[in-house]
Amino acid sequence: MRVAFGEGLLELGEELEDLVVLTADVAKPTQAIGFGERFPHRFLNVGIAEQDMVDIAAGLALSEKVPVAVAFAPFMMRAWEQVRSTIARCSLNVKLVGTHSGLSASDEGASHQSLEDVALMRVLPNMTVVVPGDREEVKEATRAIVESKGPAYMRIGRDEDARFLEEEFRLGRAVVLKDGSDVAVFSNGYLTSEVLAAAEGAPVDAMVVHVPTVKPLDSSTVLSAARKTGAAVCVEEHSVIGGMGSAVSELLSEEYPIRVRRMGVGDTFGESGTYRELLEKHRLTATHIREAMVEAAKRRETR
Amino acid sequence: MSGTIELADLKHATDVQKLKERIRQVQRSLVEMTSAMGVHLGSSLSCLEVIATLYFLKMRHAPHRPQWRERDRFILSKGHAAPALYAVLAEAGYFPKEELRTLKRIGSRLQGHPDLRAPGVDAPSGSLGQGISIGIGMALAAKMRGSRSRVYVLAGDGECDEGQVWESLMTAVHLRLDNLVLIIDRNGWQLDDRTEEVKRKVPLRSKLESFGWETYSVNGHDVEKIVEVLDAAERAEQPVAIIAHTKKGKGISFLEDSNKGHKLKLSEEEYLAAIKELEMTAKCA
Repeated sequence: MRVAFGEGLLELGEELEDLVVLTADVAKPTQAIGFGERFPHRFLNVGIAEQDMVDIAAGLALSEKVPVAVAFAPFMMRAWEQVRSTIARCSLNVKLVGTHSGLSASDEGASHQSLEDVALMRVLPNMTVVVPGDREEVKEATRAIVESKGPAYMRIGRDEDARFLEEEFRLGRAVVLKDGSDVAVFSNGYLTSEVLAAAEGAPVDAMVVHVPTVKPLDSSTVLSAARKTGAAVCVEEHSVIGGMGSAVSELLSEEYPIRVRRMGVGDTFGESGTYRELLEKHRLTATHIREAMVEAAKRRETR
Repeated sequence: MSGTIELADLKHATDVQKLKERIRQVQRSLVEMTSAMGVHLGSSLSCLEVIATLYFLKMRHAPHRPQWRERDRFILSKGHAAPALYAVLAEAGYFPKEELRTLKRIGSRLQGHPDLRAPGVDAPSGSLGQGISIGIGMALAAKMRGSRSRVYVLAGDGECDEGQVWESLMTAVHLRLDNLVLIIDRNGWQLDDRTEEVKRKVPLRSKLESFGWETYSVNGHDVEKIVEVLDAAERAEQPVAIIAHTKKGKGISFLEDSNKGHKLKLSEEEYLAAIKELEMTAKCA
């Protein structure tokens, strides 16, 4: 995914003179380096200093530049207070990209796995939060946040390379990838491809809804999926507290209260392991998701 | 030739005289604001001459066009001195002076700590330690545009406890930002106690120098000296740090060099005493 992101940045760099990319000593692993080599005068590596980076981005935005600040997702959160007090508070036009998010930093262990970033960013007024999962979608989402006005956070994984979307990414839009009538499964990031695999050949008729924009949530798509199926499962590579599952639950509890099963990482930190092992441990693979779909459909209330 | 120099000197002297008169106006506005609402009067008074000298004498800016792209920028990193900034901006003509009365009131553009609602405010602040980084972003943007625009950041001495300050001090030198000036309001106090009691800052000057900043010390209440050092900063080839030695609560003897005025609302009696003292000083000037 980070490769697609790097390519997206390069394309945008050719088109937008005001685009500036900043990073904090992770130009190579985040793939921001390509932009740096092509546009050295619009590229800044501040060293291992995320707080400085984020506020330099704020200063650039206050001078009409369009900064994209790139870091590993967990360490971008080190600058959360700067994001809150300066960028979100004044709705500055700064784009934040957290790579190696979720469990994707796998072998590096809990310090490098960000399972809280969506919650932390979603709670901030003015902030847009996107979690693309398809390779092309990563590129399109990069363009979409750069071309929109105001602060945005995009989280992407490390090595996953999924391709499951035909429709183009549109900010604020959730996409129904497969229609169904027994249960609605909401997911984002790479895990949508696991959900699609789970729905394939499942004993229940699952509707698969990809929700790459967590904020603003596409409430009409989420609501109509809930109304049609009467049961909901949310799947994300994030803590079950505060992420997309929470956003969906908040909406449904007010507008159409049905049972919502939130799948993600429970209230716990990660650990070292391969990406597949970690997904398996936290029951985020197709097999487990399929079980959850069946269970949710069974428990569904009939109205 | 010498005639020209004398004329320039004369103009300068007149400018400085006018500046001093305007500073007295602003001091008065500040005291009036503090009689209506609890504000950080002490730390506003300690940096008032610096902010006033920048806006009334040094910076290129246009109160009727606050967003003018080529303007010089000012960042009040020690955001709790917002009343000083607001009073100067009002005096400069960014908004009517009557609006100062709305400070911190609900619906006001003059928030407790600066944000972009107030015309003339170039950057939000309130959470300490962020101004130099923001200034770096602005200084970089100016360089990218090939603009002559300069960036001034005013930070507190207590604020130097923040780690981000030192991150940004390293960055600015690395980028050789000769259009960036940092002024540290060295009033010797922070919220809990004297700065050296809370956490040792000395030797502040050699710390800044060792980070690669061209560093000056100046009496932060002496406008002639402030002008001199700001002039010198324009000829520097690297970022410049100015340690402005100041007194918290400057100009009001019952507040001077104490933490009493960290945040306070003046009583009727204190208000009258403060105004009287400012008037006396004005007469003697």
